[in-house]
Amino acid sequence: MPAIAFRQVVKTYAASSQPVRALDGVSFDIAQGEFFGLLGPNGAGKTTLISILAGLARATSGTVSVLGHDVVTDFAAARRALGIVPQELVFDPFFSVREALRIQSGYFGVHRNDAWIDELLDHLGLADKADANMRQLSGGMKRRVLVAQALVHRPPVIVLDEPTAGVDVELRQTLWQFVSRLNREGHTVLLTTHYLEEAEALCGRIAMLKQGRVVALDRTSALLAGTASTMLSFKLDRPLPPVLAAHARVTGRIVQITAHDAREVESILAVLHGAGCEPEDLEIGRADLEDVFIEIMRGETPQRVAA
Amino acid sequence: MTPVASAADAAPAKSHGIFAGTRTLLYKEVLRFWKVSFQTVAAPVLTAILYLLIFGHVLEGRVTVFDSIGYTSFLIPGLVMMSVLQNAFANSSSSLIQSKITGNLVFLLVAPLSHWAWFAAYVGASVVRGVAVGTGVLLVTAWFAPLHVANPLWIAVFTLAGAALMGALGLIAGLWAEKFDQIAAFQNFVIMPMTFLSGVFYSVQSLPPVWREVSHLNPFFYMIDGFRHGFFGTSDVSPWISLAVVGTSLAMVCAICLHLLRIGYKIRH
Repeated sequence: MPAIAFRQVVKTYAASSQPVRALDGVSFDIAQGEFFGLLGPNGAGKTTLISILAGLARATSGTVSVLGHDVVTDFAAARRALGIVPQELVFDPFFSVREALRIQSGYFGVHRNDAWIDELLDHLGLADKADANMRQLSGGMKRRVLVAQALVHRPPVIVLDEPTAGVDVELRQTLWQFVSRLNREGHTVLLTTHYLEEAEALCGRIAMLKQGRVVALDRTSALLAGTASTMLSFKLDRPLPPVLAAHARVTGRIVQITAHDAREVESILAVLHGAGCEPEDLEIGRADLEDVFIEIMRGETPQRVAA
Repeated sequence: MTPVASAADAAPAKSHGIFAGTRTLLYKEVLRFWKVSFQTVAAPVLTAILYLLIFGHVLEGRVTVFDSIGYTSFLIPGLVMMSVLQNAFANSSSSLIQSKITGNLVFLLVAPLSHWAWFAAYVGASVVRGVAVGTGVLLVTAWFAPLHVANPLWIAVFTLAGAALMGALGLIAGLWAEKFDQIAAFQNFVIMPMTFLSGVFYSVQSLPPVWREVSHLNPFFYMIDGFRHGFFGTSDVSPWISLAVVGTSLAMVCAICLHLLRIGYKIRH
């Protein structure tokens, strides 16, 4: 039985002019024990999909189930199996950290849960903040509390929706160590993130969404292997010739261009020399997930959806 | 790092079923208003005292209500019930709109709470707040005039039914509203006029016939009148009629409220 199963999930929002199709028939499974990445640009439908999974939104058609429990017809069992770390930094200003965790635990029908709450506080570096009011915490600390709230009822399936957006390096490290450990202990993890290096490092399998459709779904290693495997990067003090600019990724002075083989590398260099450009710090390396992502989002390669 | 399994020694208690989590949500809702009780309990008690002092001073001896009952004595149950009703409404409506606007409603939305659990907890906390404020008003105002209790059962029945009705109505308003000012508008343009025109400050018998008839269309009139009957053993209409009207209104409001919660009206998109 899959940890999470999406079946032909469609979501349309009634907008004033014409209905917006946020999800357009999304189907895939996440197996128990997987560390799964859900990637896509803003507006691709990631958060809508997670919202339907969590019961925050309802699918227009299609079904979603968690460990075999349908999120609509058997919502209580589905939600008990699920721990969601929401994207927005929300908190209840009336309560202390410990109160918030006890309350959240109680909503799931789990009472007298202080031993586990103490462990969570400890692992997330919140032990000395247990009695602080939520309002007094910094953004990073509030984010940790959100993670603790999601895990307080010990869900077998954990969903992290952009958990490291705007989070400092230390918390990121703490969070990934903790979540990786939970994954090793058998928890299924579904992660959406904008940090592709995180997804590459952590996720065994990845789905990419674009305009409400799955455009890539495969093991992370297979996605990396199947792409244009060479990345040419250099620094340049002047504008790139137009013929190259269309395919390049430019970050300040740094230019990155994918190349499929050595001949293509040569031709790129020839164009640069021809335009009188003097590339500095020239490197040829392997493409990473970010390159795969950009390539797929541009639609330059056929869809890569493994069966 | 301690192994995750170590917490198993403490064996947390688990409960399921359609009312699972209700206890916690009720506790949270009560704790929420209690933490700011100066604003949620003390302030309405003070407001009621001001009404009593001003109206009691101005109108005592000039307005005839029931035979042999002084105006201030007559006013006290009205003020108590008005405070119960307004605060029961304020509790569920303000809690829900705050959670919606600050976004922390997500903690409830992801929890396995049934619509029955939401309803029981929000309405229950509204009743607790209504009763707390009503008791406060009664304890303070009882010093100002002799107050007789004819039938405590009527008092209890109308307090609970009225507070539950207003708690459920507040829940509906909280679900419907998207901004604080919509709740304020609901309070100022619906709740306030209906409570003020319900006979809190006067007996509807003293009104011209047309306005007396209009007052009889206001369900708040029956809540106040039935409640007052518990104190004086006399009222504008029979307490059984009041009970029938309040009971029917309560059932209708609860049915609407439960339906909206079940479909996730404006909270699950």
